[in-house]
Amino acid sequence: MSFLSYLINGISLGSVYAIIALGYTMVYGIAKMLNFAHGDVIMIGAYVMLTAMTSLMAPTIPALLLAVVACTVLGVVIERVAYRPLRNASSPLAVLITAIGVSYLLQNIALLVFGANTKSFPSVVQLPALSLAGGKLVISSLTLVTILACIVIMIGLTLFIKKTKAGQAMLAVSEDKGAAQLMGINVNGTIALTFAIGSALAAIAGVLLCSAYPSLTPYTGSMPGIKAFVAAVFGGIGSIPGAMIGGILLGVIEIFGRAYISSQMADAIVFAVLIVVLLVKPAGLLGKKIQEKV
Amino acid sequence: MKKFTKFVATACVAALALSAIPVSAEETGTFKIGGIGPITGSTSVYGQAVMNAAQLAVDEINAEGGVQFELNFQDDENDQETAVNAYNTLKDWGMQILLGTVTSAPCIAVGAESVNDNIFQLTPSGSAVECVQYDNAFRVCFSDPNQGTASAQYIGEHELATKVAVIYDSSDVYSSGIYENFAKEAENQGLEIVAAEAFTADSKTDFSVQLQKAKDSGAELIFLPIYYTEASLILTQASSMGVEATFFGCDGLDGILAVEGFDTALAEGVMLLTPFAADAQDEKTQNFVAAYEEQFGGTPNQFAADAYDGVYAIKAAIDQAGVTPDMSASDICDALKVAMTEITIDGLTGTGMTWTADGEPNKEPKAVQIVDGAYTAM
Amino acid sequence: MEKKRWNKTAKNNAVTYGIVVLFWVAMTLWDQSGNLSSLMRGLLVPVCIYAIMAVSLNLTVGILGELSLGHAGFMCVGAFASAFFTNLMKETIPFTPLRFALAILIAALFAAIFGVIIGIPVLRLQGDYLAIVTLAFGEIIKNFVNILYVGKDSRGLHFSIKDTLSLGLEDEGVVLVKGPQGITGTSRDATFTIGIILLLISLFIILRLIQSRDGRAIKAIRDNQIAAESIGINITKYKLMAFTVSAALAGVAGALYAHNLSSLTATSQNFGYNMSIMILVYVVLGGIGSIRGSMIAAAVLTVLPELLRGLNDYRMLIYAVILIVAMLLNWAPAALAFREKYSLKRLLGRNKTKEAE
Repeated sequence: MSFLSYLINGISLGSVYAIIALGYTMVYGIAKMLNFAHGDVIMIGAYVMLTAMTSLMAPTIPALLLAVVACTVLGVVIERVAYRPLRNASSPLAVLITAIGVSYLLQNIALLVFGANTKSFPSVVQLPALSLAGGKLVISSLTLVTILACIVIMIGLTLFIKKTKAGQAMLAVSEDKGAAQLMGINVNGTIALTFAIGSALAAIAGVLLCSAYPSLTPYTGSMPGIKAFVAAVFGGIGSIPGAMIGGILLGVIEIFGRAYISSQMADAIVFAVLIVVLLVKPAGLLGKKIQEKV
Repeated sequence: MKKFTKFVATACVAALALSAIPVSAEETGTFKIGGIGPITGSTSVYGQAVMNAAQLAVDEINAEGGVQFELNFQDDENDQETAVNAYNTLKDWGMQILLGTVTSAPCIAVGAESVNDNIFQLTPSGSAVECVQYDNAFRVCFSDPNQGTASAQYIGEHELATKVAVIYDSSDVYSSGIYENFAKEAENQGLEIVAAEAFTADSKTDFSVQLQKAKDSGAELIFLPIYYTEASLILTQASSMGVEATFFGCDGLDGILAVEGFDTALAEGVMLLTPFAADAQDEKTQNFVAAYEEQFGGTPNQFAADAYDGVYAIKAAIDQAGVTPDMSASDICDALKVAMTEITIDGLTGTGMTWTADGEPNKEPKAVQIVDGAYTAM
Repeated sequence: MEKKRWNKTAKNNAVTYGIVVLFWVAMTLWDQSGNLSSLMRGLLVPVCIYAIMAVSLNLTVGILGELSLGHAGFMCVGAFASAFFTNLMKETIPFTPLRFALAILIAALFAAIFGVIIGIPVLRLQGDYLAIVTLAFGEIIKNFVNILYVGKDSRGLHFSIKDTLSLGLEDEGVVLVKGPQGITGTSRDATFTIGIILLLISLFIILRLIQSRDGRAIKAIRDNQIAAESIGINITKYKLMAFTVSAALAGVAGALYAHNLSSLTATSQNFGYNMSIMILVYVVLGGIGSIRGSMIAAAVLTVLPELLRGLNDYRMLIYAVILIVAMLLNWAPAALAFREKYSLKRLLGRNKTKEAE
């Protein structure tokens, strides 16, 4: 029985990683950059939600909308100010380092504005938990909501990319920026849109992360951010279903590693599995291997 | 390359100009107290508590007249190298007495510097044994072995449980230090440690496995030698998993009731050994808590109380030794080293506190239990 | 033509070494005059440490062209190996310079071994995947060191990855490595002069490597792996060579680090991905592939946060802003074009012509 409950716990942790990884992988797929500040946008989203709920007494849905809007604006501003000027820099590393700078900046702004004290996050999902096998297995409603949100977002994103003009434009930009521009696609606009969507997802991820693990500090986003990055690579970075599978697998591996191997070495186990996966499948589980042409 | 050099030069000039403003080392009749702790970074909550409470104590002492203090608190980001840099900055400022550092590993690194310079060092919360290994260093908090042993003894003597599970942070000096000594003493007390589960700084969101193992092992009591941030998560998850064991913690757990938005019902029945409780009824604590809340917002935690007592201990030692601000840091240190073992102070973290020459405080931990969302003495 | 190019390289190298020597002379004189602040004196060794880290990472990132996010892991290996050695040999080798020299060699050796072990699988990957695997290895090293306990008694060494109790030491045994508390009480043998010497040696090794036949092979792989392979360059061998040298030098920096502080722990601040990324920042800001640039950037960025201490709470905030602005100014094509147009030199030139009129 404990195996099943570990599995469920793994899936619920993994679903949080997955939802963060979706934002990561989306931005990577289109803008080809590792947005190290993504985890911190999540943290800002959670703080906005918390402030809206506690100070403005806003109900859950408007508060969530506010967090989504705030993060979207933040994402677009960051892209415009810090990333866009470096898009054609001679090395792709330049924008990576700037993203790290943005990450530090967001953490320190949050530290000044919201303080260092841990804040407990109120639960936003107040539905009864799902009880199986006569109460021996309990799946919290939040886990179900997170997984559901993950699936909805995954399908939504896939449909958006496949069916809409803007989505097709994203695909084109991710394939070849220059050619897309020649075809009359507004490359800057498309990338800005990607960041807007990615950051809106970050807000939702932040709220779900902090509801599942209700302690919020200015550094809350950084470690889940890195883990989600690992999850995205795991599933094949750039692949939307890959991010979801990668996230959930990562959560399950982390929990199983802790449960059956050693709780002290949980981190090492997660990373060791990642290494093995990448050695066997060098582009992640669902990633496309791009063969360099001569 | 050239452009970079140019930029570098500009940045340096700008930085120098900025840093030059607040450093004014004028000669006044005040003692220069340096403080070091993490103001930024993931442990900033502890450093900021120490900084605020120390400032509060300094302001009170200055308002009284008599001995005057000036506090300069520097950030160490909970990193040894940065801590040594902070220490050197304070030395340049003319620090005579050091209150710090807040966390253990930086404290050990700074201790090696302060003993060379012979500067008196009092750490509010550096709990590792080596923090006070030199004779110029003292501490306000309990040491890790002290807490681990005391907890095991308390559980054993009061027959709270025979089967104990431990959840600790294996990447943290404080937590693993207490755990080890707890485990050692548990044997003597006839306690059986049925599960010892760790987590690390990099994976401290999900505790379901640790709790599940504790639950499956049939533990009657779960010992949490950790800080309250993680403990609040553990308690939340434990309640949703239906864990029925009693939780028992150390001074790091204090502050859990003050976590903004935390449902205190989850902490019902939690026991902890702590020298300080923010809602104690004595006048001293109440005044301190009220003043702290007014000035900085938020309830002070264990670290704040240690720092507050630390400043008063320094004052008491200064009075005892009769040192004056015009003396050199080294002379002050020699005098304070002796005076520190002669003073007795009634502070927030204990009444009748005294210090031994090896730097350890003598005070009694109080066992409290959380009942109806408040600490109750046991 | 060939001769001229070599002269230019030699001149360039001389400038790089010259800067280091000049820095040493200036700082030593300043220190002797008694005007050097404690802060600056305390920063001298860290500047050397991070300069070595930056130049060694530049070998991987700039010359080999692979992004490594786990460089601090090698520093960690070097630091712990050397500190362990020093503490173990405290009584056996009382002569400090010899012990420290051996400790540095051991640090380099261990880091190099890890470089090979990690390099073999890692270098098969490419781009961001390679980066994430180096990050993963770095984190594994950190995690492992955090749970490593080593004790010594009359029966020899004891290892455990659980706690000190399970070492089963005799009563008079000592615990040398204490899990998260790491190694305490390492004698502080690192001095500025030793740091500078090690930096010079690192520079010498790297510059020699870059300018040798091997170095040209490595650069050929960076520029076009397929082309390099087709002309018979052994890709694995050269990649591994660059990666291992880079790791060994990081180990040397780790030895300096361990012998500069009396308490050595592995946290994400000093040996985790945060530090790896910080080193990468030095490399990118100083110029990818520019050994001298990364050395100077490391020195400046090590000193900068300390100089910002006057800002108190805003210190790290301003530091982040400076980092972003510096990146934009140094890398954004628009900013580069702008600077080209309005560069000081041209403005000055224009003024001169105006004056002439």
